[in-house]
Amino acid sequence: MRSSHLAAAGIAAALAMAIPVSAQLSEDASAGQAEDTLATLASDDTVTTFTLDNGMDAIVIQDRRAPVVVHMVWYNVGAADEPPGKSGIAHFLEHLMFKGTDDLEPGEFSRVVEAQGGSDNAFTSYDYTGYFQRVASDRLELMMQMEADRMRDLVLDSEDMLTERDVVLEERAQRTDSNPGALFSEMRDGSQYLNHPYGIPIIGWKHEIEQLTLQDALDFYATYYAPNNATLVVAGDVDPAEVRALAETYYGPVEPTAGLAERMRPSEPPQIAPRRVSFDDERVSNPYVVRTYLAPERDSGAQEEAAALTILAQILGGSSATSIMGRTLEQDEGVALYTSAFYQGTRYDDTVFGLVIVPTADRTLEQAEADMDRMITTLIEDGVDPAQLDRIKAQIRASEVYGRDSLQGRAREYGVAVTSGLTVDDVAEWPLVLDAVTGDDIVAAARRVFDLDKSVTGYLMKPETTEATQ
Amino acid sequence: MSQMFRILAIAALAVLPLRAVAAVEIQEVTSPGGITAWLVEEHSIPFVALEIRFKGGTNLDLPGKRGATNLMMGLLEEGAADRDARAFAEERETLAASFRFDAGNDSVSIEASFLTENKTESLALLRDAIISPRFDPVAVERVRDQVLAVLAQDAQDPAKVASRTFAALSYPGHPYGSPLNGTPETVAALDIDDLREAHARALTLDRVHVGVSGDITAEELGPLLDKLLGELPATGPAPVPDVASALGGGVTVVDFPTPQSVVLFGHEGIAFDDPDYFAAFVMNHILGGSGFASRLMEEVRVRRGLTYGIGTFLAARDHGAQILGQFSSSNARAAGAVEIVRSEWSRLAIEGVTPDELEAAKTFLTGAYPLRFDGNSNIASIMVGMQTLGLPIDYIATRNDRVDAVTAEDVQRVANRLLDPEALHFVVVGQPEGLESGAF
Repeated sequence: MRSSHLAAAGIAAALAMAIPVSAQLSEDASAGQAEDTLATLASDDTVTTFTLDNGMDAIVIQDRRAPVVVHMVWYNVGAADEPPGKSGIAHFLEHLMFKGTDDLEPGEFSRVVEAQGGSDNAFTSYDYTGYFQRVASDRLELMMQMEADRMRDLVLDSEDMLTERDVVLEERAQRTDSNPGALFSEMRDGSQYLNHPYGIPIIGWKHEIEQLTLQDALDFYATYYAPNNATLVVAGDVDPAEVRALAETYYGPVEPTAGLAERMRPSEPPQIAPRRVSFDDERVSNPYVVRTYLAPERDSGAQEEAAALTILAQILGGSSATSIMGRTLEQDEGVALYTSAFYQGTRYDDTVFGLVIVPTADRTLEQAEADMDRMITTLIEDGVDPAQLDRIKAQIRASEVYGRDSLQGRAREYGVAVTSGLTVDDVAEWPLVLDAVTGDDIVAAARRVFDLDKSVTGYLMKPETTEATQ
Repeated sequence: MSQMFRILAIAALAVLPLRAVAAVEIQEVTSPGGITAWLVEEHSIPFVALEIRFKGGTNLDLPGKRGATNLMMGLLEEGAADRDARAFAEERETLAASFRFDAGNDSVSIEASFLTENKTESLALLRDAIISPRFDPVAVERVRDQVLAVLAQDAQDPAKVASRTFAALSYPGHPYGSPLNGTPETVAALDIDDLREAHARALTLDRVHVGVSGDITAEELGPLLDKLLGELPATGPAPVPDVASALGGGVTVVDFPTPQSVVLFGHEGIAFDDPDYFAAFVMNHILGGSGFASRLMEEVRVRRGLTYGIGTFLAARDHGAQILGQFSSSNARAAGAVEIVRSEWSRLAIEGVTPDELEAAKTFLTGAYPLRFDGNSNIASIMVGMQTLGLPIDYIATRNDRVDAVTAEDVQRVANRLLDPEALHFVVVGQPEGLESGAF
């Protein structure tokens, strides 16, 4: 909302922005993007943890540089946990959480935060729903008090519900229906996941959002919004012992959900046939080809395969000047405007590894797809350039240093990890696991992941014939 | 905990005044060669964030050369001194430094982050990009194709179409009226001499500002500044003239096949150096500022569900100011939202704001200010922004007083002067029902 028509953007970034390739967060306002999974912290004595008697976990990250605190509650529930036919309910409930409670009027939560000079927002993904406030550090107690209040005591009426459902439909229209790349992405995801709910959009299918009810939201809320299904993350100018005392005061009395089952989503059958999706739309300016392969995610205590895939994405499509695709297709051959590889390892269930090529105007998507296959073959046959691997590792090590500059980024990394089935120790070990990856590991991981039977290849195109529209 | 106790406790905590003060200490560093930078030393994390901003920006494009400055900035790290594009990238990646080059209408900027352990080498590499870019033909053609692809993409993006239409109607004949990355025709026609000329015009010592935050001392920084920037030309061309918005009240519909209309609205604004700027700043927060508390957010989103988000802002540019706002709404509902914006515009111009609204806005704006200073990159950027606006080095300590000094009468006066529902223009990109181009 804030951007002006006079704002500038980096050229490559402007090109990349039109290509929604990985699962997007559905996030309100402009609260920041999911950080690169590379940005991570080494084992760090500023990070401490505790668990309350009612099952609520807590992570405290101390950073005393500025008198600021970020307070977050992460629920182990997201769009992939929705009942069949109720797509969008996790995200819709996130919106409704800003309505009233037994103690707070509708909208009062955000008004109180703003009256403290703070900002607040929330986000929904496949595996988590998170709520956060950023305030002066002496305001932490008030944030906890209000967040604990709305964990169990939300009060909703049908009029609020109907108006907010319209807001969500407008959000979907803005983010998805107005964007051919986003519509294309929905069709590709639906083809990638034959049975698992990662194939359903986080914001929901329009026809199902239109039918969501107050009772749907309340049922979902009553089951999943509970201390034994949540993690508190506090980052900033705080004392861990004080955070614990406050958490015991405010979150301690909140009743857990009894008998909450372990998360279990429908799983994928063996994928035995390559799939292809082609989508054309008048609004497409630069056609592109994107291919995703089903890929393993980071597993607690066994992150090696995910680490190899993370670096594989950098080797194939990280830097436009030095990665295999960038160097060959953008620079040496001049056949691509933009290339990239992506892998989002921090997920609860199987994720995807993807490649994208935007060819130059004189090239077809068939040629671009052949280029993509040729680059994969080059990697598997020629192996990894040791100098390139060294540069990538230097950047990964540096990203640990740069990452410490962002309170919100650090808090978010832990929140995403623990709601994706990882532990605080896994987060601490991740940089070391990445650093240990060898060129042979990367080629071996590439051989395993590049299995066409588990892939979806998508073409986003302009319509064949451009007839005059009357 | 009893419900009553919780209500009381929330109320009690909520009335405590918040007066966190930004604890940054800015030093002014002048290099032996006479280049000034503002520095915040922060030694707890071993890296440095640097931002350099040159006033002038793409406004300095020569006639017929629109897009030259933007393309030039995109080429600075595509080969410099004795390195081609790949050699440059390999060296930067080895150092794990990050550089970002941006072009805006009023300024161009360079942001860098680099590790303490190799700061001299990182700055030497950045120096070559700034002072000695190569503009190799192969790199020029590659980046030109990227810019052309961005232009093609923008032509299909309803939000970009809206902003370009609004700018063209507001500022015909002025650089503000045309896209800073040029048109397909002007970009296709640029040659390497044009890029060298844009480089010589945009990056000059007479209008550079530097902000640095991180693990570096004033003693170290001074000599490094001379190495980094000292060889740039001393002076550049005169700035472009100031310009008033040529746009009158009404609606411009741009037909576009999309289910939702993008609506951009606004009219003449207020300059940063106007005595009433802070009153206007507070007024804008109440009308359509950040968060969920603004009048427009309440009326258009919360009460009626007509949009996902609506906001307004003061575009206080160097040579022309506007107050602008934006929302997206389904084609069937956009006309209704336009009416609400007009009526809120009118209500604020006539009635001003309530004491409660004013207090809430001031509490938020003064409380949020110190929270901006978290992180080296943010601090470097804020310091450059302050210098670009000509603010004194002690501004941070006085800024909240300026907000607190705003009275309800000030807001009423500035709202009455600034907000004119008859002058308000709406550019609507989509297929809105019940809206046609024309005056109100």
